[in-house]
Amino acid sequence: MSRYEFRFSGAGGQGLITAGIIMAKAASIYEGKQAVQSQSYGPEARGGASKSEVIISDGPIDYPKVTQCDALLAMTQEAANKYSHDLKEGGVLLIDSDLVKTIPAGNFKTVAFPIINTAKNDVGREIVANIVALGAMVALTGQVSRENAEKAVLSSVPEAFLELNKKAFSMGFEKALAASA
Amino acid sequence: MAKKVAFMQGNEAAAHGALYAGCTFFGGYPITPSTEVAEVMSVELPKVGGKFVQMEDEIGAMAAILGASLAGSKVLTSTSGPGLSLKQELIGYGCIAEIPCVVFNVMRGGPSTGMPTGPSQSDVMCAKWGTHGDHPAICLTPASVQETYDEVIRAFNLSEKYRTPVMVMPDEIVAHMRERIVFPEPGEVEVLDRKTPTVPPEQYKPYDTSFGDVPPLAAFGSGYKFHVTGLNKMQDGFPTTKAEIVQAEEERQVRKVEANVDDIASFEEYMLDDADVVVVAYGSTSRSARYAVNVAREQGIKAGMFRIKTFWPFPDKQIKALASRVKGFVIPEMNLGMCSIELERCAQGKVPVLGIFRVDGEPINPDQIVEKIKEVK
Repeated sequence: MSRYEFRFSGAGGQGLITAGIIMAKAASIYEGKQAVQSQSYGPEARGGASKSEVIISDGPIDYPKVTQCDALLAMTQEAANKYSHDLKEGGVLLIDSDLVKTIPAGNFKTVAFPIINTAKNDVGREIVANIVALGAMVALTGQVSRENAEKAVLSSVPEAFLELNKKAFSMGFEKALAASA
Repeated sequence: MAKKVAFMQGNEAAAHGALYAGCTFFGGYPITPSTEVAEVMSVELPKVGGKFVQMEDEIGAMAAILGASLAGSKVLTSTSGPGLSLKQELIGYGCIAEIPCVVFNVMRGGPSTGMPTGPSQSDVMCAKWGTHGDHPAICLTPASVQETYDEVIRAFNLSEKYRTPVMVMPDEIVAHMRERIVFPEPGEVEVLDRKTPTVPPEQYKPYDTSFGDVPPLAAFGSGYKFHVTGLNKMQDGFPTTKAEIVQAEEERQVRKVEANVDDIASFEEYMLDDADVVVVAYGSTSRSARYAVNVAREQGIKAGMFRIKTFWPFPDKQIKALASRVKGFVIPEMNLGMCSIELERCAQGKVPVLGIFRVDGEPINPDQIVEKIKEVK
């Protein structure tokens, strides 16, 4: 069965849990696949380690957590160090190039671009960095279509911020393709 | 028309299940990892004319739902370990006074404040032995978001049918996990209401066993007056210490559940027909177990899973039957061996019971279970 495992990792407050939810929603509600999203976080509202895991499959999903990760987003050096070890051979590692200076070595494809700075400078608001990262993960993994992912983004954010998030998603999608070319 | 679907958390599903079952009153006190239940109820209850009350603490919340239930409402509270400990006094009151209510408890690390955001399954014994005295216990342990929704509806039905508190206890993983859920149409799933009196107020007794082991319950405010107490009571609800009455009443209260185990207990059998090794699991751990059973089967090991959906009353009959035909049980649980005690009791020394006990806030992964399956010879 086609089990595909995502891990969105970094620090609390970076919106990683939301990014995971939207990826899973895109697969489960719009793509017609099955998906489970789960999370692990500390007691802090901001700062502490945070991760969100998404499993996507064509069939029923039993174990809801990552066994061997296919695609990892790491938004802190700590997360990159901690989680890159169980990335599958040939998997995808996406990092924020400003935050992860020591790039983990392994038999996987690493894609790096300044995710937070893209949100801040190119999109206009740092708060949508998670949607920039989501767009990038969609582009790099192909598990859900660009259209379905965008639908999931737009159905998950407040109406006043539709354009902002749409822009963030596209920017992430395009930058990831450029960075991995 | 296509059914309504959503992508949501176990906790959110629980609240929507309660609303489907006809819950009109929620009394609670927020606590991680169950707070989303209260959040949804606070938004949704007013829309259906219900009431949401955030009480001063968990004991107050439990007291509030018992009172609201006596006034005829279907009631819910949600909490987690530390809150469950506080509620126990009033849960006992609900048992002896026979007040229908549903307690949704999300299991996190413990004892005491423990690990608020970490998963655990260490409250399952508390569901039966947490409040003192002999009393009936019903506790459901769902394993998915859809099942949390379905089981909360069933919890309300059981609570109304047997006139007793019912607990639903997902672990933190199930409660916080998000999955697709399909909502039933109104009327599609059976919703039960408590029996109400057919006799006029002057003839009404709240514990009148001439109507069976589950006497009708009048709503306060509907013209019926009666006495409610935590003391052992007579049929009219007033206290008594008369030995034969107390003995009979205590036995009846427990019998409500014990004599109806087949109606209440629910479980899933997975690949058990030819199984030599049976993984017994509940809650999120059963999802790891299913994965492990599939891996073991691929390796030629005859493994299967018995999934406990109703933890209390415990499925003695089924486990005893398995114990006489399999080579061993494996029990993965996020505590230091609670279900394991029940399995040992049912296995009666006939087969080994191998535990995987984890209390570090990490889920039990399938590999651990596969390794343990291989230890059964």
